Amino acid sequence: MEITQEQKAFALNGDEAIALAIKQSDVDVVAAYPITPQTIIVEKFSEYVADGEVDTEFVCTESEHSALTACLAASATGVRTFTASASAGLALMHEILYVTAGCRAPVVMAVTNRALSAPINIHCDHSDSMVERDSSWIQIYVENSQEAYDSIIQAFRVAEHPDVLLPVMVCLDAFFLSHTLENVQVLPDETVQKFVGERSIPLVTGHEGKNVPFKLDPANPLTIGPLDLYDYYFEHKRQQEEAMQMAASTIVQVHDEYGQLSGRRYGNGLVDAYRLEDADIATVCVGSTAGTTKSVVDTLRAKGVKAGLLRLRTFRPLPIAEIRNSLETVEAVAVMDRSNSFGGNGGPIYHEIRHALFDAQARPHVVNYIYGLGGRDMPQSIIRNIYTDLQEIRETGQVNSYVQFAGVRE
Amino acid sequence: MNNKDLMLQHPLAKYLRQERMPHIWCEGCGNGILLNSFLEALDELQLDLDNIVVISGIGCIGRAAGYVNVDSFHTTHGRAIPFATGVKLANPQLKVVVISGDGDLFAIGGNHFIHAARRNVDIKVICANNFNYGMTGGQYGPTTPLEAWTTTTPYGNIEHPFNLVHLAAASGAVYAARWTTLQVRRLKASIKKALQKEGFSLIEVISPCPEIYDRYNKLGTAVEVMKWFKLVSEVHKAYDPAKAVITKNRIIIGEFVDIEKPSYGRLLREMTAQVKEDLEGENTK
Repeated sequence: MEITQEQKAFALNGDEAIALAIKQSDVDVVAAYPITPQTIIVEKFSEYVADGEVDTEFVCTESEHSALTACLAASATGVRTFTASASAGLALMHEILYVTAGCRAPVVMAVTNRALSAPINIHCDHSDSMVERDSSWIQIYVENSQEAYDSIIQAFRVAEHPDVLLPVMVCLDAFFLSHTLENVQVLPDETVQKFVGERSIPLVTGHEGKNVPFKLDPANPLTIGPLDLYDYYFEHKRQQEEAMQMAASTIVQVHDEYGQLSGRRYGNGLVDAYRLEDADIATVCVGSTAGTTKSVVDTLRAKGVKAGLLRLRTFRPLPIAEIRNSLETVEAVAVMDRSNSFGGNGGPIYHEIRHALFDAQARPHVVNYIYGLGGRDMPQSIIRNIYTDLQEIRETGQVNSYVQFAGVRE
Repeated sequence: MNNKDLMLQHPLAKYLRQERMPHIWCEGCGNGILLNSFLEALDELQLDLDNIVVISGIGCIGRAAGYVNVDSFHTTHGRAIPFATGVKLANPQLKVVVISGDGDLFAIGGNHFIHAARRNVDIKVICANNFNYGMTGGQYGPTTPLEAWTTTTPYGNIEHPFNLVHLAAASGAVYAARWTTLQVRRLKASIKKALQKEGFSLIEVISPCPEIYDRYNKLGTAVEVMKWFKLVSEVHKAYDPAKAVITKNRIIIGEFVDIEKPSYGRLLREMTAQVKEDLEGENTK
């Protein structure tokens, strides 16, 4: 593959990598509120603003609810916006997440996945973003800081694509990624600027019957987000579903274009299938656990075990066909969820993987492991045990327990 | 007698959860002084600890709820006051104390503060004011003085800060006082007074933040900050809270509001009883 751009390696943690990506992406407005472990992103970015390295309006608000509202409003005027949050902060944004998507405002947000209270905990799990899966935000989960950098740059292109116009959250694991230094390959500023480009604004029919740019502009008056009852609300929601479908192909296309530029690809952009071609057993996960799991897969493969891993890069849109195709040969699947749907018999990824595989030609056994809540470590030993369980399920055809908790005192 | 029996016990040890020690606060931080003053107030009043509830929000001082050896709750960011309101209304016998920070109480939770004060909910709010968001690395907040340096105001703050005692007075609090962590005896007396008073009370405690805010603003070590407090603090009685400034050269401290007014809970209970009585009277007619 031809890499067209020379790149430099910087030692960055995940938060800093994101701040750098934002700096290079010509963002007009950043509004945010501090919350561990997201704070470094905005703090680092505020330095760029203060040093005049970017031409960005930087707004410190009094809460996350206001931070996202400010981004939504700025985005509605046609400019590019970014915010970042985590845990309780994201939960406080909940109301405005739906408003942002419903207004078709292509806000990009970094979410440093952190557990929800109570008890209070600042460490990693995916409870915060998983509960927002129905909010009509595109969700990208990254495996490492390099991917965090790359995904933020791609996110603007995806969000602002006229066929999509949906907000994007790029989710990275708290502390494991947000605070851990890694070599990150960085593209030149002008390359990123060119790749991201200007935000294009599609034309819509305004209330005066004229075609006007879809933004708040005194020269072309338009109302965004007015009362919409049983007359048209349903159609607007149907359009959001279509936009989500369009997002899938847009993510693949943008990811591919970026891959040509950088030489870096994460599967096809939707799923990252690792050693699955002829796999008998496989795990499915999102986020940084995939890195540890890949190492376990390599060890098992060296011993002749046909093990594989499917990492979902996007959870919204859910890449149903890719999930089914990637797991075609697999007879036993373990879904690893770093969050739980209490009383729902398993975690959210488990539910959706089972849903995706229901129509598979040869439906595999699908089991679930809830792991790592509140930052509990997920060492190779636990992952190895999961693959051992899968081997047993495959050999005996018996599943003793569909949903288990891995690494917990019971 | 073994060595353990010879070990000195801190006189306030019974008020703290020893297993949560050591605390997370930085050397020189004012939170310890604040908490100590609160515990001394409890000790001197000899209140039944089973009737005390401490509630905190998020931030450095938020850990206080976990350290005190009474029923306590560490809420989400900004929500200490509504939580306290619920506790007080559900069980009016309890003395409900909110110990939280300026960022928590006056930015994300600001709306709760003004409305709890307006309703005169019988809760005591002790606010550690260190002029910034210390825990997340020193961002500017609603009390950051003009021109002050924080990580998010590298050329100086251009937002006007809240005057907390003025805000409390205007919102309807029955008691509002401000001290720095230097005036520990007055601070303790203030806390004791508020604990024995009915209604919404605010005690603002200007507190050093030696590792973050004070360092960025070149205020010197914790001891030097205490010296600065000594130099610029002006104690007044019944001073106009609107004029209670906090500047480099003057920190106006004292009691600004001390009035009597029935609390929301009392009015609610009285009205409920009255309505019940009226209805019963009608039914027996």
